[in-house]
Amino acid sequence: MTSTLTISGLTKRFEGVAALTGVSFSVAAGERVALLGHNGAGKSTMMKIILGLIPASDGRVEVCGAAPGSAEARRRVAYLPENAAFHPALTGEEQLRLYLRLRGEDPRGALALLERVGLHAAAKRRIGTYSKGMRQRVGLAQALIGRPRLLVLDEPTSGLDPVSRRDFYALLDALAADGASILLSSHALTEVEARTDRILILSEGRMVAEGSLTELRRSADLPVALNVTPRNGYASEIAANLPGAIEAGGLLHLTCSQSDKLAVFGRIAGLGTKVADLEVLPPSLEDIYSHFSGRHGQ
Amino acid sequence: MTRILATADSEFRIALRNRWVAIALVLMAVFSLVLSLAGSAPSGGLGADRLSVTVASLTSLAVYLVPLLALLMSFDAVAGEVERGTLPLLLTYPVSRAEVLLGKCLAHVAILALAVAAGYGLAAAVTFAFDDRSVAGLPALWRLGWSSVALGATFLGAGYAVSALARRPSGAAGMAVGLWLGLVVLYDLALLAAVVADNGGWFTTEAFPVALLVNPADAFRLFNLAASGASGVSAGVGGAASVIPVWQSVLPVLLWPVAAMSLAVLAFRRVSP
Repeated sequence: MTSTLTISGLTKRFEGVAALTGVSFSVAAGERVALLGHNGAGKSTMMKIILGLIPASDGRVEVCGAAPGSAEARRRVAYLPENAAFHPALTGEEQLRLYLRLRGEDPRGALALLERVGLHAAAKRRIGTYSKGMRQRVGLAQALIGRPRLLVLDEPTSGLDPVSRRDFYALLDALAADGASILLSSHALTEVEARTDRILILSEGRMVAEGSLTELRRSADLPVALNVTPRNGYASEIAANLPGAIEAGGLLHLTCSQSDKLAVFGRIAGLGTKVADLEVLPPSLEDIYSHFSGRHGQ
Repeated sequence: MTRILATADSEFRIALRNRWVAIALVLMAVFSLVLSLAGSAPSGGLGADRLSVTVASLTSLAVYLVPLLALLMSFDAVAGEVERGTLPLLLTYPVSRAEVLLGKCLAHVAILALAVAAGYGLAAAVTFAFDDRSVAGLPALWRLGWSSVALGATFLGAGYAVSALARRPSGAAGMAVGLWLGLVVLYDLALLAAVVADNGGWFTTEAFPVALLVNPADAFRLFNLAASGASGVSAGVGGAASVIPVWQSVLPVLLWPVAAMSLAVLAFRRVSP
């Protein structure tokens, strides 16, 4: 597949301070890519460069075969800003009619777009009366105009409740199935709900990890936590058999690396009926994310 | 063109909702009406028809009111988009910055034209009711009408430029007020002081007419007074109006709107979203 977005060696400096350093990646047609990083990691800066809003200091960016910000690129790229804002005096329908006309589309499509994001009932109300989640939906609706080839979505799920978030990802799946590439940012791995094909993690302007969730989990190689519940009276005997186990509240806690995992399971299984229960806690999405983003203990 | 019209349509709706259309119409109508009623008393002795006299009064009104209305409508144009956070999204659309400004300008010019038409129309109607010879003043009224819209366009452009330079609505409002005071009020006072001090020397004969033509507000006043031939009923600038030929004063009236809009586009291009 041809790539919709290609970035190589992208560097951006603001008055000498590096915001992005040597970032390279590409997004294929129909691929959903999540860009993760804590505040100030460079996510929004990168998006603004892709959109052509600010120039890069160094490196090469190609959007749909054109330069970012060129008329050709702007026709094919849709953007959803972080906190989507609109003129409060206009109604949702009027705002979308304007955006449709700016993209050379038929303004009569405004109501259909609002229906797709579940805002049909509020179409005639002024945006000034909308909640944050509703404004976010208007933002999403305008990003759907004119079958864009690349959607750049800056923290799209931040104002949405869990149900709307699910609807949102269903919409993205349909767009990706249609061949659109999606680049969305978030500051938490849990927010992207593993509904993306690939994850990029930025930290202090550098790309520190790239891959699918499974690949990231493997390469992070974080320890697995185990909780063993002993039968009455066997606690100390089991503890002797499992070096490193700590007893607390009648439970035995221990951690082991991914490679030792099966050996430890075998040893626990060998204890037979002395073990009442075994609970395995794999590293959480948050653990994996903080491992890569280098913000342990925050 | 579709994009400019789409922007203009949207801006007009916003101005309608924000009551700017109503405010502009009412202001122009009330002031014009008061002037045409009050100004019709002394015309008898001057031999001019009443409408020509009213046009002279309306010129003095327009030179203050039209720039003020234009600046009030335009100072928020760019700074407001920056503050609301709507600018980055707009700039990712396939629309150029010049098209955005032209769209806003089209809507605002339309509002000014409506206000001018309502105000001057009312004034003319009142004048006709008192004096049937007023037909003689119609060309002057028409000239005042279109040149008022041109003056408004100049200050709209200046307002957009100020808005783009300030980047914050509060700063832009302050700069707009400063611009209005400077160009419309203080500039004339400074010229007057210089003329008095100069006492008929080089400044009064050579520099003064040029200084009047360079300022869009003074050029507007000169053009209308010189063209209407009503300088006899107007003091001050009227004296200069009889010295400067009409073709010289019409040029700045026509060129300033273009220059101001160009400046605004240049300033807007420098705004980084």
